Amino acid sequence: MISLRRIVAVLKKELLQLRRDRMTFGMVIMIPLIQLLLFGYAINTNLRHVPVGLVDQANSELSRTLAQIVQATQVVTITERFTTPEEAELAITEARIRAAFIIPPDVANRLVRSPSVGFGLPDTTDQTSSRPVAHWIVDGSDTMVSSAIKSLRAMPLTELLKRPPNRQVPTFEVTLYFNPEQRSAVNIVPGLVGVILTMTMILFTSAAIVRERERGNMEMLINTPIKSVELMIGKIIPYIFLGLIQVAIILGLGHVLFAVPINGSLGTLLVVTLLFIIASLSLGLVISTLAQNQLQAMQMTIFVLLPSILMSGFMFPFDGMPKPVQMIAQVLPATHFMDMIRGVVLRDASLYALRVDILWMVGFAILGLLVATLRFKKRLG
Amino acid sequence: MSDLVVSTKGLTRKFGEKTAVNNLDLEIRTGQIYGFLGPNGCGKTTTMRMLTGLLTPTSGSISVLGQPMPQSAEPLKNEIGYMTQIFSYYRDMTVLENLRFAAEIYGMPKNKIAGRIDELLSTYDLTENINQLSGSMSGGQRQKLALAATVIHSPKLLFLDEPTSAVDPETRRGFWEQLFDLVDQGATMIVSTHFMDEAERCHRLAILEHGTKKADGSPRQLMDDLNATVVEVEGAGLRRVKHQLDGQDDVLSTAQVGARLRVLVKKSESDPVAMLKALLQDYPDISLTVQRPNLEDVFVSATKGDPS
Repeated sequence: MISLRRIVAVLKKELLQLRRDRMTFGMVIMIPLIQLLLFGYAINTNLRHVPVGLVDQANSELSRTLAQIVQATQVVTITERFTTPEEAELAITEARIRAAFIIPPDVANRLVRSPSVGFGLPDTTDQTSSRPVAHWIVDGSDTMVSSAIKSLRAMPLTELLKRPPNRQVPTFEVTLYFNPEQRSAVNIVPGLVGVILTMTMILFTSAAIVRERERGNMEMLINTPIKSVELMIGKIIPYIFLGLIQVAIILGLGHVLFAVPINGSLGTLLVVTLLFIIASLSLGLVISTLAQNQLQAMQMTIFVLLPSILMSGFMFPFDGMPKPVQMIAQVLPATHFMDMIRGVVLRDASLYALRVDILWMVGFAILGLLVATLRFKKRLG
Repeated sequence: MSDLVVSTKGLTRKFGEKTAVNNLDLEIRTGQIYGFLGPNGCGKTTTMRMLTGLLTPTSGSISVLGQPMPQSAEPLKNEIGYMTQIFSYYRDMTVLENLRFAAEIYGMPKNKIAGRIDELLSTYDLTENINQLSGSMSGGQRQKLALAATVIHSPKLLFLDEPTSAVDPETRRGFWEQLFDLVDQGATMIVSTHFMDEAERCHRLAILEHGTKKADGSPRQLMDDLNATVVEVEGAGLRRVKHQLDGQDDVLSTAQVGARLRVLVKKSESDPVAMLKALLQDYPDISLTVQRPNLEDVFVSATKGDPS
């Protein structure tokens, strides 16, 4: 029979120890605070002001205006000027610039035939009449930089000839829901809740049992009538509250500093966050029963943490990953939580809409707690 | 026997190739302080861990308080107290917090906890340290706290694994007085030690070496039954005398104690003094006297000749 008193005794002990461990308590507050500020400002998926070089072989008023129009898009900033493409290539190799814009001597001839100026379609079967206006050479190793520059390929150039722009008729109408201004912080901040909770919750509990063993307390504990499950529950409850404090810091500051809306209900938010915290804590406990010392516990935590950052959909869209990777990522609680927290915070998703993720999370938490309890033996050998 | 608290038959524990405890038979009766005497690595802690159900024996049977071990380990936790070799309570918690934690873990009734803690604080002289972090206390104070926490639930059977190895002799004396008080209140104790003076205080002793029991009995009985005669040699050139006697067939051991050399001669030798005099003809100035054996003599004699 499980004794509530023994659970409370362990819980009180953990709180006392935590209160005296100022460093850990400080980290609980500082980790979300500092990382929110850093990532909130730092991570930006809308690339702006890529440093590029200009090779203006035409050196005419037209070519200078063309360079200005390109710079006016704010996608690139011309930081260097070269006379030959070879010099520009060298600068790319030396990483002084990420791309070079080469305007050929016959830019005026090319321009009049270009469809982008709207003089009518030239005969594109003829090589000479269908040449592009100018040429970009790009350091393609970073796919985000190259995508940004590739987006300039079909930019309209009517402004160059001081003609009124033709009214563009897009093939598709696109309406952006939930983040119409396309601000990265709106997507990053809720995701950050998942990453920070994964890190702190797993780390705290993964050290929990190992620490008792390392400090010699375990031999005393296993000689008392305490049951494994009482020890496990008593150990994770204090951290549930710490996790909730972290969530409040991230979402609260995210709302104030980065205007991240909280569209869903606080009740739904509390349910999904609690589930994720408990799932992470139980995973930490499993690690704690596997690791022989705190260093091993730390290594295992990082083993879980890295895919939780890279594969959960926090940084890269989950839908873009290959199927097998998606299946592996689905095992991680963080993947389901990214879905849930973004759903609640940005889309006002209901618990019913998130039922698959919720069920999975409940299952994971129960399984984790069960495995940890079964693995924790009150025996030495 | 109703007063039998612990009994084992053929108790053996192997760790891989190494046999830590070998075919151990024990009978420990109620109201006794039973000592395991032996050097480090002789199997004292392994035996205690098997008796408390922490380790499963490779073979043999154990009965503790009339119940089989390790099957009854959990129900017996409330009847048993175990004080580990290294302080195993929380160093980042105060005396009071540690005691309260122990009381709650043992499920003591809420209305009795405060009274019991007050009683233990005064018995073990910890009242002044009540709010001190146990990590900042002296070794002796920590050991008192460990004993207080171990007996908080008034266990019938107490295991103490080298309880005084980290404290000064005066603290050790005081500690043993407290153990006798606990026995007086009805507890039975099993104490492991490698100190002779500590072993001598036990009601009964088992001398262990390499996991095997070499002798079993009360300290007095063990000394009386010693299968050797103790002869003390006094005079000049004791180091040379020692080297001369070492390796002689009838001489079990020699050990210098201050200005005397303590020589253990096999009991089969009818006149040990004459035998030694004959061996030591080159040393006319020495004197030889037969002495009463002490526990160290018993220990040396019991563990002599064992292949290590």
